Amino acid sequence: MMAGVPNVGNGRVRGAVSLPPVGTTSLLEDSSTGLHAHVRELGRQVAADTNSAAPIVGGADARLVGAPDELRAERLYRRMRFIRRFEESLLDLFERGLLNGTTHACIGQEADAVAIMEHLDADDHVFSNHRCHGHFLARTGDALGLMAEIMGKPEGVCGGIGGSQHLCAPGFMSNGIQGGIVPNAAGIALAKQLDGSAGVSVVFIGDGTLGEGATYEALNLASLWKLPLVVVLEDNGWSQSTPTSANLAGSMRDRLAAFGLPVFEIDSTDVEELDAVTGRALAQARTQAGPVSIVIHTYRLCHHSKNDDNRPADEVAARWELDPIKIHGRRLDLSSRAAIDTEVESALQDVIDRALSL
Amino acid sequence: MIAARAMGDALRAALEEDCRVILLGEDLVDPYGGAFKVTRGLSTDFPGRVRSTPVSEGAIVGLSAGLALSGYRPIAEIMFGDFLTLCFDQIVNHIAKYEAMYNGKVTCPVIVRTPSGGGRGYGPTHSQSLEKHFLGVPHLRVVAGSLVHDPAAILRALLAQDSPVLLIEHKLLYPLHLMLPAGGRIEGDIAEVHISADGLPTVSIRPVPREDCWFTVLAYGYQAELARRVLSRLAVEEEIFGELVVPSQISPLDWEPIDASVSVTRSLLVIEEGVEGFTWGSEAAARISSCFFGELRRPVATAASAPTVIPTSKMLEAGMLMTSERVEQAIRQAAA
Repeated sequence: MMAGVPNVGNGRVRGAVSLPPVGTTSLLEDSSTGLHAHVRELGRQVAADTNSAAPIVGGADARLVGAPDELRAERLYRRMRFIRRFEESLLDLFERGLLNGTTHACIGQEADAVAIMEHLDADDHVFSNHRCHGHFLARTGDALGLMAEIMGKPEGVCGGIGGSQHLCAPGFMSNGIQGGIVPNAAGIALAKQLDGSAGVSVVFIGDGTLGEGATYEALNLASLWKLPLVVVLEDNGWSQSTPTSANLAGSMRDRLAAFGLPVFEIDSTDVEELDAVTGRALAQARTQAGPVSIVIHTYRLCHHSKNDDNRPADEVAARWELDPIKIHGRRLDLSSRAAIDTEVESALQDVIDRALSL
Repeated sequence: MIAARAMGDALRAALEEDCRVILLGEDLVDPYGGAFKVTRGLSTDFPGRVRSTPVSEGAIVGLSAGLALSGYRPIAEIMFGDFLTLCFDQIVNHIAKYEAMYNGKVTCPVIVRTPSGGGRGYGPTHSQSLEKHFLGVPHLRVVAGSLVHDPAAILRALLAQDSPVLLIEHKLLYPLHLMLPAGGRIEGDIAEVHISADGLPTVSIRPVPREDCWFTVLAYGYQAELARRVLSRLAVEEEIFGELVVPSQISPLDWEPIDASVSVTRSLLVIEEGVEGFTWGSEAAARISSCFFGELRRPVATAASAPTVIPTSKMLEAGMLMTSERVEQAIRQAAA
């Protein structure tokens, strides 16, 4: 940390701070060999409305979320790239001592958020957890609101009170307590049912959340009352520092199926495969026949919060080969990919500059 | 009218007046109508809005939070106050936080009602007054029913504001008749009602003008009724005159009517049924001692139940809880 640099959360830092260099996410050294995701229950066709833009709640920079007429494949790439570079920038700001507190990045899991938001409408609601930046950005596109929030500025989406884990925007909330958001999301689903709304309530949980009893109370009630709840379980294999093998008895699928929830299970970091599966899951949820679940076996390529990664280095390195941005980036031609990368960089630089100047 | 019926009528009125009101809880639905029958008849008249739930206190309150975040006015019933521990996380880390944590972008006006207290021989896990663990939780109101407060007025005031509420109802009060102030009197006593800025009343009851009272007793719920009876009898039989102050909201406290009484009597006794140590009374003692330092005639006294489990045996329970005898003993000491 640079001596004498004031904490942005409490004071004000002015002057140029640039984006960190593009590191492990670079696509230039892509190899195209052997990167096949394992899909257990998947229709491989991407949903029919290939190019219609998923609605972003609130205004957002088209350089980050894509113009309405952008090709779906490019939009998916752009939004993943946006989330990745936003979080890498955050980690860099932390490294420089410009941010206060802690954060939980979703590097490696961006495809989950991006794919699911393709299928959500303004009537829907998303409840997320401590690892919420990707969900928030894919849902709202509000990079400046989140950056200012994490910087502790009054202009942040929660005035700097909520910080990284406690965000609120139209159609979106997050909380840092494990498990308790599931009954909250079920209550929002009950409200939608009582309203006669066509909307669904989506809640993101992790493999670690399966240790919390509140989760099961809510699953039971949601199923009993046929609530329009969509439980998205992102299994990244590690609950902080504890592997799933030391955390979870039985199977994730069986736990959800025990409450009568259909389980859409996929082991993939390919955003197009995720797009297809989550599209089917959301379509089923909208039949109002009761809650559905999506189990995504994925991987967190970064530490749990900051500098706390004791996982085997070779395991992490192997998973970098399944980086969702690499997998999907290969589908784009080099020039359009480079153009998107440039736009995302320039837009994020604007976000950081503006946030710092607030 | 007995308190249970009055509370049921208050809930009925709320359901009639506001279609956003939803009742959730265990065994609420007719013909059972709730473990203490407060909600009897409501599920029949408001189908779909009065719902029996599984035995899942965390989810009852957690779903209520989601409803409230979506604009509804959920009222959750927790069958016994002892079970509040099962929704502590929802109340403290979710419901009470959302509005402030999200910088006022949402409100989460959940009302959690629960029958609490001992005296029925239900033993260690169905008799407690656990509300002290919720006192002082930022952004949470803790409100307690008492016979001198109209449940309909209290509920209306709570539904007119947006803070989450924990509403404590002592189960021994349910079969007793309300004793509401009428014409400035409760039975023969003077009754003065002070309404807080939030519309929540505090009732001050005295047998003689305040200037002739030489101590103040602060109490709520069933303990307030025990204290009222003792004070009334001591006034008639022994000319011992104390003023009883009964707030409806016990956290945060509206200090104005308490200060008004203590500034004249210059002596305070605080009574509660929860176990002693780190209590409501301790908070009042700290505050009153600080504000009236040098003016009090004696240290603030507190009385609470013994710090142990609540025995099932009637005799042992009576030896541990704040009973009428122990209330009288505490009042006599304060009056000495």
